[in-house]
Amino acid sequence: MSVARAGRFGDGSEGSVSPSGGAARIADAFANHGKLAALMPYVMAGFPTLEESARIGQACVRAGADVIELGVPYSDPLADGPVIHEAGTRALAAGSSIGGVLEVARAISADVPVVLMCYANMVFAPGVESFLDRLARSGASGLIVPDLPYGEAPEVLGACEQRGLALVPLVAPTTTDQRLAAIGAQARGFLYTVSVVGTTGERRALGERFAEVVRRAKSSTDVPVALGFGIGTPEQAAEAAAAGADGVIVGTRLVREAAEAERPAEAVGAVVEALAAGLSPAR
Amino acid sequence: MSGAETEADPVEHRFGSYGGQYVPETLMPALAELEQAWLEARQDPGFRAELETLLRDFAGRPTALYRARRLSERLGRTVYLKREDLNHTGSHKLNNALGQALLAKRMGKQRIIAETGAGQHGVATATVCALLGLECVIYMGVEDTRRQRPNVQRMELLGASVRPVDAGARTLKEATSAAIRDWVTNVEGTHYVIGSVVGPAPYPALVRDLQRVIGDEARAELLDREGRLPSRVIACVGGGSNALGIFAAFLGDEEVELVGVEAGGDGIDTPRHGAPLTVGGRAGILHGARSAVMQDEEGQIVEAHSISAGLDYPGTGPQHAALRDSGRARYVAVTDSDALAAFREITRLEGIIPALETAHALAWVLAQPDGGIDLVCLSGRGDKDLAEVLGKEQP
Repeated sequence: MSVARAGRFGDGSEGSVSPSGGAARIADAFANHGKLAALMPYVMAGFPTLEESARIGQACVRAGADVIELGVPYSDPLADGPVIHEAGTRALAAGSSIGGVLEVARAISADVPVVLMCYANMVFAPGVESFLDRLARSGASGLIVPDLPYGEAPEVLGACEQRGLALVPLVAPTTTDQRLAAIGAQARGFLYTVSVVGTTGERRALGERFAEVVRRAKSSTDVPVALGFGIGTPEQAAEAAAAGADGVIVGTRLVREAAEAERPAEAVGAVVEALAAGLSPAR
Repeated sequence: MSGAETEADPVEHRFGSYGGQYVPETLMPALAELEQAWLEARQDPGFRAELETLLRDFAGRPTALYRARRLSERLGRTVYLKREDLNHTGSHKLNNALGQALLAKRMGKQRIIAETGAGQHGVATATVCALLGLECVIYMGVEDTRRQRPNVQRMELLGASVRPVDAGARTLKEATSAAIRDWVTNVEGTHYVIGSVVGPAPYPALVRDLQRVIGDEARAELLDREGRLPSRVIACVGGGSNALGIFAAFLGDEEVELVGVEAGGDGIDTPRHGAPLTVGGRAGILHGARSAVMQDEEGQIVEAHSISAGLDYPGTGPQHAALRDSGRARYVAVTDSDALAAFREITRLEGIIPALETAHALAWVLAQPDGGIDLVCLSGRGDKDLAEVLGKEQP
């Protein structure tokens, strides 16, 4: 288990380019988790602070996380509901920067593959190649851009491939069969399947079409299918696995825990442990 | 609407390197559906007749083209005002809201959402929803609900639900983000009536096409009365729908100069303005399109500032960015204080109280020493701004 360095986050020392392919590392994580599905917690980098978010990520790993989805705080997160939006706003107010976010990625990626969740403008602003060079040097394995649909993706996809980074696309219940086939064919790492028509956030029950969307997603691609948006309880995680999801992404539930708990890393770790138990084959 | 579209004309997704569809996957089928509906509707004589009838009998079009007497005398040249303030609901916004609401009905969507800054687009949308019996939800920043209170009251009277947005600077950017999140959640039964030439394709082209009635009317009438084209066409630019609506008819007239006036706020040498086209800098992505955007080095969108809620926006329409780059149009900025002075001056000079947004365009015209014939889009009336202006100005 690596521990976040004592030095300040965001000091620019991001290390050298990782030689191993991000997609291969993600594939390993999906192949060797020993659970009903891979457990993929979302951690908002920089929330409540950069240091604490790294500790939260490491607590998730100890509690059984197989892949970490690391959120990049952004001013205008259109795909996110109020909890993650607010956390991002607070992280930015606390001074979060991309340099600091990538230090968190480095701290966590020593143990599990890290996939960055980052809005498109932050990828394009410094230039796609420059952004991805930094991402690759941080040890991250992949990238999710929630506002970069299939038609806008070619430049980023090509640049990711050159650097061994997996560009993970999203599909939604509204995605047509034709689009699904095209998106599934170019998915790298895994296919992020949105369980509901809506933004991120906890829901009492999984969307009524979640099983159908998992089935459709699986038939469209060779990579693992991970289900996200609206999954917050061990029971929902188990339901997603039972429906055939190869991975289960839990975000808002954990960010809420980090916002409310006095000791965020310990509290988030406990929730992830319960989610892992929900995905235990012995259950 | 223009009579020029044919089946061969695609709906533009890109304007040079600008535009595009940078939105969550969930919305992609809805954008395709909207584009298809527009391609079909604009060919459909029944749709066109219904829209034209409503523009005439309900909105009151064509709006007047007024030769501003005392203003022309003061400046020693001819200034025409295209009187969109006389359009029903008091601004050009109704042209677009009518067209989009008819499209929504055509698509079988019974619920309408919209964002609003100054409240003019919200009022126009609420009005059309009352007319057509559609459910209406308007997102508006908390700060704007304060400074444009009369428009909140109008929307509520019209039966709309006004949802105050308490995030960020609590103005138009956050209202637009909230509307997009609503659409992501309710996309299957809801149409999002975006209020300007912004957003993901097909919106920038769709809204321009619905607003070009401003330019088509003005161009024909001016030719008829003066026997010539204007030397300059001037309009204020926030998202830029009144500007693109009037510019669109003159794009092919190379001798006509097109001037877009942005919000200079405290001055474009400060960070407090709303003038991304004038200031230049790196393009960015905001609300689904790549365009001129106010942002920091890492790509965080920064807050705009303007005394005028309708121009208080850090982005702008992608076609404006392309027109700037090609040199076909030029963009300038006018400060809060100059806009306030123009607001007062035009009111006394012409007996027309312009919207604070429009006052930016008028301030630029007032400051020009020369010119032949100026055509200004008087995009809206300023009754909504009285409290804000009287609170800031000397007695």
